[in-house]
Amino acid sequence: MGRMLKFNVFRFNPQDPASVPHMDAYYLEETDAMTLFIALNRIREELDPSLMFDFVCRAGICGSCAMMINGRPDLACHTKTQSLPDEITLMPLPVFKLIGDLSVDTGSWFRAMHERVESWVHTTKAFDTEAVEEPMSNQLAEEIYELERCIECGCCVAACGKANMRPDFMGAVAFNRIARFMMDPRDERRGQEYFDVVGTEEGIFGCLGLLGCEDVCPKDIPLQDQLGILRRKMGWQSIRHLFSRWLPD
Amino acid sequence: MERAVDTFYSDLLCIGAGLAGERVAVEAASHGFQTICLSLVPPRRSHSSAAQGGMQASLGNACMGEGDCTDIHFSDTVKGSDWGCDQEVARLFVETAPVAVREMAHWGIPWNRVVPGKGTYFKAGKQYEKVESPEREGLITARDFGGTAKWRTCYTSDGTGHTLLFTMDNEVVRLGVTMHDRVEAICLIHDGVSCFGAVARCLKTGKLRVYLARATLIATGGYGRLYRESTNAVICDGAGQILALRTGIVPIGNPEAVQFHPTGIVPTNILVTEGCRGDGGTLKDVNGERFMHIYEPGKQELASRDVVSRWMMHHIREGKGVPSPYGDHLWLDIRHLGEQHLKTKLREVDEICHEFLGIDPATQMIPVRPAQHYSMGGARTNKDGAAYGLKGLFAAGEASCWDMHGFNRLGGNSLAETIVAGRIVGQKISEFLEGCDVAIRTDLPRGFVKQEEERIERIIRGKDGKENVYAVRNAMQDVLMEKVGIFRNGADLRKAVEDLQEIHARAGRIGLRSGSVGAHPELALALRMTGMVRLALCVAYAAEQRTESRGCHAREDFEARNDRDWLKRTLATWNEGDALPTLSYEPNSAIWEIPPGERGYGTCKIICTEDPAVCRMDPEPIEDN
Repeated sequence: MGRMLKFNVFRFNPQDPASVPHMDAYYLEETDAMTLFIALNRIREELDPSLMFDFVCRAGICGSCAMMINGRPDLACHTKTQSLPDEITLMPLPVFKLIGDLSVDTGSWFRAMHERVESWVHTTKAFDTEAVEEPMSNQLAEEIYELERCIECGCCVAACGKANMRPDFMGAVAFNRIARFMMDPRDERRGQEYFDVVGTEEGIFGCLGLLGCEDVCPKDIPLQDQLGILRRKMGWQSIRHLFSRWLPD
Repeated sequence: MERAVDTFYSDLLCIGAGLAGERVAVEAASHGFQTICLSLVPPRRSHSSAAQGGMQASLGNACMGEGDCTDIHFSDTVKGSDWGCDQEVARLFVETAPVAVREMAHWGIPWNRVVPGKGTYFKAGKQYEKVESPEREGLITARDFGGTAKWRTCYTSDGTGHTLLFTMDNEVVRLGVTMHDRVEAICLIHDGVSCFGAVARCLKTGKLRVYLARATLIATGGYGRLYRESTNAVICDGAGQILALRTGIVPIGNPEAVQFHPTGIVPTNILVTEGCRGDGGTLKDVNGERFMHIYEPGKQELASRDVVSRWMMHHIREGKGVPSPYGDHLWLDIRHLGEQHLKTKLREVDEICHEFLGIDPATQMIPVRPAQHYSMGGARTNKDGAAYGLKGLFAAGEASCWDMHGFNRLGGNSLAETIVAGRIVGQKISEFLEGCDVAIRTDLPRGFVKQEEERIERIIRGKDGKENVYAVRNAMQDVLMEKVGIFRNGADLRKAVEDLQEIHARAGRIGLRSGSVGAHPELALALRMTGMVRLALCVAYAAEQRTESRGCHAREDFEARNDRDWLKRTLATWNEGDALPTLSYEPNSAIWEIPPGERGYGTCKIICTEDPAVCRMDPEPIEDN
């Protein structure tokens, strides 16, 4: 017989005028290899069909199911109950707009972020259907992929002290995006153009260096390194800007 | 009282924003057409992101792909399909794939590249040496995948779907395509001749909306979640095929063609990529011994998916499975590939093993078993992606039956299809939109909204009964899993049809247990449930009727591939009020570049056709090494 687990789950339906934010408790007997994906679906199917939460791939790939698990942002699908105490408290991610219960609107937040950092390769070249691809070293491709691996789950944003205080702070996920394009030779943006995007208080200079982002990233993306590199580059860019008359471009 | 419903107009409505939907949207938007995408989830969470392995295109840059060309890719695809595909479409596909891969590089995909010099690789557990040419340094490289004559699968580590989807969505943002995520289309707006958009339900607020468009695309992916054990994301429940089926006009092509992937992990059915075997991983049984070389001396672990899945189930039936609390399974062994390889080229696999199984693939074997993986069937279209039956309706990707996969899709051909079909169908939609105007009667959308409002009301109030939606879904999944799985036979299939008819009746009596307003997850599933059971009936009934074995469709009572009687595609429609789908058939292909023959793997019993249109001898048969 498995442990009896108690789940304290945040409940609130903003669409329902009668609904007030509160916690509901559910009890389940732990089964072999139980994850929060299995547990939450059982709660919905067996105990409370109105419970809202998000899963898509249930394999740690799509980033849909990030939530606060005993106070720490993580992907619910890859969290095994075995690694948690008997009492498990689940809350929605902060910063993002609540849809209901554990479900938050990451779609609008990330679309706005992509628009803000212009998250695409800026090139003046037109695609030539007849031409062979431009060569790239495999090492560089792998370095770009290392940053491209971010699944945009929102954990780093939820864990960020600054983002929790200041809604317009871009967050580590945006800096990682920028860093990815800065290392890609196909993107023709240069220092000043990147500076215009992130060289601000809402951008890299607003980072308090608390590094909650690095601690919680479920994909182990080297955010600390990227934040450091970006800060240095943008710092250098601002000096360059001050002395632009004497420095070559 | 009539409630006001928000209405949105666009040139193109894309239902689904995975790779295929977004690629079509990008094409239409770059031609200047205003496009709205609907997606159940934020677009980057679509199931396309889960494709790990790669995308086939015959670039021939890697030394093991030397001499590759579109003809060989074509031949592999046709053989893989067990001659079930439309050869004209397969030809179109292989010719466009290299361009599509390079276009993605232009948009920013960090494809893995050729590293010149000596390297090692594994095949069937043995190590070999290869030498990459310095002239091709830095060009897009490829890895080995099942059912192919050459190394042809372009990849970014094992996150190819992820990088493709993110890069495609970058283009969507750049072009300003409107994205309405968490919106579910629940019925198409049509007058029996043309399609004018869809009625949709907002999954944030629960409100209904009307989307009116000159062209509508179905690109909602597959219907894997009709099965209990599927590698698919939980959102892959056939929403788009259900929309098509509800019209009573647009047919589902080959619904019975359902692929099982050899390596779903036990117990969660999360996929580990075919790249594991492509890179030299082996399958082992309870005794820790390989077995694929006994059944398939040539291709061994790298025969096509249908063949490997069948031999695995066969081997388990022979008593060679590994017993576990979740049933018998086999082992996938990638230990010999080495930690470095696992941590780079198979990193997602390494993560899945650690996080979901608690094992280290560098030192332990992975428990695997075939699980439902891909729907070759879908909304039937012509080669332009135009759906049969309704003008202005298109389909692309897994949601469609464009039909380059026939009865078995090759690994690496699905990601490729999304990008290639998206490109081609996007162009065709743009041509369609050029100078096409439609007149939409205002009573048409209003009628459909009213119909959906009533349907929702009945379910919420439980007017037709109090059936539990989850119980109905579970019953349907069990029937398909147990009776319409890897091995099929007449008795089980007939029972499946019978059971599903009963479940269909139950689906009509669903009543909600929760009464909340808003997104309402129970209601969302309840609205799909009747459609899902109808689709399941299409799968089971079409499988029962097809008295032959072809590709993934393996009948124990009809073991031969019957080209004489079954060189044809099932078309399933549903007439409202009926208890069974209506089936009709059409020839697989108008053009037979490669006449039916042996695949070169799998058991080979063939009842030959004597149709002269099919059997003409090819003057230059294509070599397969």
